[in-house]
Amino acid sequence: MSAANDYAVELKGVTFKRGSRRIFDNVDIRIPRGKVTGIMGPSGCGKTTLLRLIAAQLKPNAGEVWVSGKNLPRLSRGELFDLRKEMGVLFQSGALFTDLNVFENVAFPLRVHTKLPNEMIRDIVLMKLQAVGLRGAIDLMPDELSGGMKRRVALARAIALDPLILLYDEPFVGQDPIAMGVLVRLIRLLNDALGITSIVVSHDIAETASIADYLYVVGDGQVLGQGTPQELMNADNPRISQFMKGMPDGPVPFHYPAPDYREDLLGGVNA
Amino acid sequence: MHKKTLLDQIALLGRAGLDVVESMGRSALFLMHVVFGRDGLGSGFQLLVKQIYAVGVLSLAIIVVSGIFIGMVLALQGFNILVDYGSEQAVGQMVALTLLRELGPVVTGLLFAGRAGSALTAEIGNMKSTEQLSSLEMIGVDPLKYIIAPRLWAGFISMPLLAMIFNVVGIWGGKMVAVDWLGVYEGSFWSNMQSNVDLYEDVLNGVIKSVVFAFVVTWIAVFQGYDCEPTSEGISRATTRTVVYASLAVLGLDFILTALMFGDS
Repeated sequence: MSAANDYAVELKGVTFKRGSRRIFDNVDIRIPRGKVTGIMGPSGCGKTTLLRLIAAQLKPNAGEVWVSGKNLPRLSRGELFDLRKEMGVLFQSGALFTDLNVFENVAFPLRVHTKLPNEMIRDIVLMKLQAVGLRGAIDLMPDELSGGMKRRVALARAIALDPLILLYDEPFVGQDPIAMGVLVRLIRLLNDALGITSIVVSHDIAETASIADYLYVVGDGQVLGQGTPQELMNADNPRISQFMKGMPDGPVPFHYPAPDYREDLLGGVNA
Repeated sequence: MHKKTLLDQIALLGRAGLDVVESMGRSALFLMHVVFGRDGLGSGFQLLVKQIYAVGVLSLAIIVVSGIFIGMVLALQGFNILVDYGSEQAVGQMVALTLLRELGPVVTGLLFAGRAGSALTAEIGNMKSTEQLSSLEMIGVDPLKYIIAPRLWAGFISMPLLAMIFNVVGIWGGKMVAVDWLGVYEGSFWSNMQSNVDLYEDVLNGVIKSVVFAFVVTWIAVFQGYDCEPTSEGISRATTRTVVYASLAVLGLDFILTALMFGDS
């Protein structure tokens, strides 16, 4: 298995449909081990779906999804739950458990999956919270935290079990510049310090490009391009170029398909 | 506008029927996973206690207040009818039988659907929309076992107890009106009740009814929450469905159970 060596995650010929709509059509993606890989694309192109395919919360209609040398669609429900202990996900909303305080949220995976004594769990939680700079917020409830703090607590929870792979779903959406800067730094820092594989799904080009070692641009159910951030910035492909430079019009038109403007306006008068 | 032909309408009816069957199938599978899935309930005792508090103890106020008023109304109406025949002593027996056989389980079921069922659906739906359920899955914890199972068992345990409490305070409310206010002789109020209420036929059948209602109402509530569309409109629709389906299920099942229990006597 080549995936076991160089690639932490490998999607081979993955097709995923919602109803009759093809979200992905025969897509191949390889995520290198120990690196930060960005998956970018316009809103609604299926980035979050891709993340859920890697996390096995969705099953592809065709193709293989290899994670840590295992083909996810073939695993049983029990085997999947076991494999997920090796993965951490930072959801867009943070997804903290609203009835538990910050300490209990971060301690949750440890309490469920380990038989560590309480003192040790407390030490690990403190270390994880120190890593995200929120050791002082240990007794707060989730509704007392700002959006950025919630995401940092969720990040501490995601790394509680020292996962091999960390998935980030739109980590920069709705963050103020300071929180954004903190998250950008944390993602890179955690990746390098813990030696994990990070996958960042985002449409924030500048932030993602600044930390990613490798980028994929997806759209129309296909991989439009891949390469280092620098390679993609200089790409000739007009679609990639439009996306990377954030131009309002181009191959992805500004206007949603509509009948001729003049006819549409005059149509009301003549009718 | 394209006019629907008869064939179209039959097709629509067929699709609606299939949707209902599909949804029933999904809810049955869901129930199977909750009850028989991996990880036993043993680890979740604390969760269960917490849910019994949320679902059962917090419903006590509405159950007790409703129970007292319904008992009082029953005694008042019963007295006014029975007094014409000079048999107002039978009011105790009438209040007790009505509560134990019918109103206790049924009204508790309806109130429970409105108070606890809607709260369960909204809570689970909200957890789904804020990705807490996905997040549990990713931590390697089955939300069906961690979130759904304790709530299902809590409802199943609490509601029959609430129905019993409803019966007790109802009878007490009836006694207040009949004996303390309208002057029915206390001795005959209680002795009539004692001699005419049968432990198996009346008390036990009422308990069986409340157990069935508890199971159905809680199942509908947790399934609607888990199966809802994770948006604010989706949650509100699911909450409404919980109250409507659960109330109709209680009333429909009540008829079936009554026919089975008392139909041939």
